[in-house]
Amino acid sequence: PALGLFLFTIARDPLRIIILIAGAFFWLVSLLLSSLIWFIAVKASDPNDEPLQKGLLIFGVMFSVLLQEAFRFLYYKLLRKAIEGLVALSEDGCSPISIQQMAYVAGVGFGLMSGAFSMINLLADALGPGTVGIYGDSQLYFLTSAFMTMVLIFLHTFWGILFFHGCENRRWWEIVAVVVMHLAVSASSFCNPVYVGSLVPSYVLMAVAATWAYLLSGGSAQNVRRFLLCKS
Amino acid sequence: MITFTNNSDSEEEPCNERTSLMSAESPPVPSYQDGLQASEVGEAQAHRKRRTGSSRSPNNAANGSTSGSSAPVRESAVENEEEELTLKYGAKHVIMLFVPVTLCMIVVVATIKSVRFYTEKNGQLIYTPFSEDTPSVGQRLLNSVLNTIVMISVIVVMTVFLVLLYKYRCYKFIHGWLILSSLMLLFLFTYIYLGEVLKTYNVAMDYPTLILIIWNFGAVGMICIHWKGPLQLQQAYLIMISALMALVFIKYLPEWSAWVILGAISIYDLLAVLCPKGPLRMLVETAQERNEPIFPALIYSSAMMWTVGMAKPDTTTSQQTWDTAEDGRVIHRSPSHSNSEILETRNPGAIHPVTSLEELEEEERGVKLGLGDFIFYSVLVGKAAATASGDWNTTLACFVAILIGLCLTLLLLAVFKKALPALPISITFGLVFYFSTDNLVRPFMDTLASHQLYI
Repeated sequence: PALGLFLFTIARDPLRIIILIAGAFFWLVSLLLSSLIWFIAVKASDPNDEPLQKGLLIFGVMFSVLLQEAFRFLYYKLLRKAIEGLVALSEDGCSPISIQQMAYVAGVGFGLMSGAFSMINLLADALGPGTVGIYGDSQLYFLTSAFMTMVLIFLHTFWGILFFHGCENRRWWEIVAVVVMHLAVSASSFCNPVYVGSLVPSYVLMAVAATWAYLLSGGSAQNVRRFLLCKS
Repeated sequence: MITFTNNSDSEEEPCNERTSLMSAESPPVPSYQDGLQASEVGEAQAHRKRRTGSSRSPNNAANGSTSGSSAPVRESAVENEEEELTLKYGAKHVIMLFVPVTLCMIVVVATIKSVRFYTEKNGQLIYTPFSEDTPSVGQRLLNSVLNTIVMISVIVVMTVFLVLLYKYRCYKFIHGWLILSSLMLLFLFTYIYLGEVLKTYNVAMDYPTLILIIWNFGAVGMICIHWKGPLQLQQAYLIMISALMALVFIKYLPEWSAWVILGAISIYDLLAVLCPKGPLRMLVETAQERNEPIFPALIYSSAMMWTVGMAKPDTTTSQQTWDTAEDGRVIHRSPSHSNSEILETRNPGAIHPVTSLEELEEEERGVKLGLGDFIFYSVLVGKAAATASGDWNTTLACFVAILIGLCLTLLLLAVFKKALPALPISITFGLVFYFSTDNLVRPFMDTLASHQLYI
């Protein structure tokens, strides 16, 4: 689905592709920094202490979430500056791409990169021989991973829109809500392999975020109805 | 190097292209230890040609972009408009460069992952004489540094040689050199590549079919690159030979040497293009003085050239020496200047006679990138795919890093309007991301994945 999003909405416009790649880059940098911190913490601690390692992992995850949101903010700042530059250069005084579109593309960029990093090694291993869950782990590992990744990509997209909208209109609570949601989703993944605990809340949150972003982007219930009923 | 080919009204400069230095590096023939030693000399010759060719290509490409930029600067009248146009089409050009670089990298990574031949160590090139099989770390490091020095000095010598040839107008020699090296590339390496791919997938093919395929491929490639041909076909061929060259590099450069060479090459590129005495810069300036395009067939151009009307009635300029392959070069939008650049038309006839057209028509601005840049980007990503234990994550990270570096370089190009080296920023990003992802991110992601946590 994320690939479909990419193909249909982003691949046409070169500017959007650049913003997408830059968004992916920012996510990557945030991941780099967070893994650096985690790595240092692990090296500095005792490798045999199991609960400590688990605790460090949780700490690493939370820290990474916070860093991701921080980088989203930085990216927002960069895009603001870029929009001003584009407006100055364009002929008719308005930017060829709006901040909402940028928000969407940035969200997709983040999402794609995080999804890719989560899934790709899994996919590569899935091509090889083996049995899923042979050691008593869940047999649905691949399936749930796929769903979780998909929901995360969508969530990143919506968070991008919400986040940028919050920054534009100076509504701090929106930004805080995004951060909290991200933390909640990551935390819910701690319940794995009890998949009910992680997938269901994530999807619920995704539905919430989707409707919120949709409303923010100017949609309404009427539009949805008209779209579904194929009215003109 | 990346260059824009802009039309300058003041001088009938053709698209000057600066090529990045890098393409020259491709060692023509590795000293196969399986007995190709006899043809080593011949190969060395071919290599040098290739090298020169490639260096020229990258230079051309770089020059292309830089020359492009320098051209508009001189047009004071429409400078602002030029800038606007440049930046407006900047995004389009970036994408026009993204796509081939991505394609090249995809080809290289796909081959590395599937064909085992290119990750086996079967000896080293004569350009990297020191082996890396030493027991101690310090010795290995020393050997790789020495290898790098040898390689870089070979490249420098080649480039200087090329510049001298160009300065003294030994065009025939250069053309012959280029043709021979691309011949070698197209035929020999394709043969090896095809052989290995067929071996991997256990597909049998008889020799007559093989000869037919390779002959067709090679012949069409020669025509496309050095003469006329459809733009997309020419681009495809250039991508193919860059990928082949990158694969050769990946196979025959020892591990640490490869990384050190990548770093050293980007530094050298920086120096060669930006220093006043740098060979590449001299090449570009000489080409600009003579109003000639820099060598074709070694630069990747991303736009088409349409027919160009010339304002000045003398057609007997050195433009005529352009290959029609230049038609595929990036064409810059010519502002309405009286002295448009004289560009070759796409028609297989002669250049359009001198018309009194004031403006060039239908020219699209484009960007040229040297083939050496392609090769080294692909070497970086290919090595990441081949040797990283974190597999796809590292490869993906390097890929994104290189693309972002390319973006930044193009941005700088639009700002500075000079020939710029395309290698340093991208390679730096790529190297940083490779090492950090391999060592830092991988354990983190592995642990996360094993617990199925998501961030």
